[in-house]
Amino acid sequence: MVKYFCCGGLLKSNWDQVCVAFWQRYPNPYSNHVLTEDIIFREVTPTNCLISRRLLTKTSRAPRWMERYLPKHMASSAYIIEDSIVDPQKRTMTTLTWNISHARLMSVEERCEYQINPDNSSWTQIKREAWISSNIYGLSRAIQEFGLARFKTSVTKTMKGFEYVLAKMQGETPSRTLAETATERARETALAAKEKAKDLASQAHKKQYV
Amino acid sequence: MNSVGEACTDLKREYDQCFNRWFAEKFLKGDRSGDPCTETFRKYQRCVQKAIKEKDIPIDGVEFMGPNKDKPES
Repeated sequence: MVKYFCCGGLLKSNWDQVCVAFWQRYPNPYSNHVLTEDIIFREVTPTNCLISRRLLTKTSRAPRWMERYLPKHMASSAYIIEDSIVDPQKRTMTTLTWNISHARLMSVEERCEYQINPDNSSWTQIKREAWISSNIYGLSRAIQEFGLARFKTSVTKTMKGFEYVLAKMQGETPSRTLAETATERARETALAAKEKAKDLASQAHKKQYV
Repeated sequence: MNSVGEACTDLKREYDQCFNRWFAEKFLKGDRSGDPCTETFRKYQRCVQKAIKEKDIPIDGVEFMGPNKDKPES
């Protein structure tokens, strides 16, 4: 069973700037959970597209009720791969991001397409899709709910991070109020998600003893 | 940002600087005159691939854009 999520996003900067920012988005005030970033493969294809593979390590932030299902030796950091194709002819960028650790516990894959906004050519639209799944017997629904809620929070942080980096690149001073608001909203969403997932987990637990 | 290999961070930053300049000023503008960063990339890769092996990070075996083939949409 896989949970599917799709949303659109808009950045009020042109596609070129967004692509440049894409390679410079870390660190930013919303990315404290991203510990390391490395390009581990890169090539320009015969059709002049740039293909790259980026390896990220992030803090592994599983809630306590999920941690019981992690084997003791499992790394406290999560490893994530992001593949991307930048096509400067078509003015599109496609990215695919997925975790290569903790994947049995929860697997999240995200695919994004960055294109020139059809209504305003100095803006960039993002189509974002995610597939969230878990293979832990009896808890997959709770884990998927947690995963989806956390993914939505991540999207907010990603967009805020992008806006911050783009503002800096364009010589503007990014607004601190924006940063504080985003953090507060992210915290609230995370708390609500935690409660919901905890409920589901305890329900699943009760079922086992019936 | 730091590299996953602590010893590679300086090489990474040197490469990133070169890449970011080439990407914005040449690649996106359709200038195909060649990549000035191949040497600094090679040095960086030598270091980071070694660190990845040492830390046992499971990067092998997945083809480029591999996981998204045949994805259901519901």
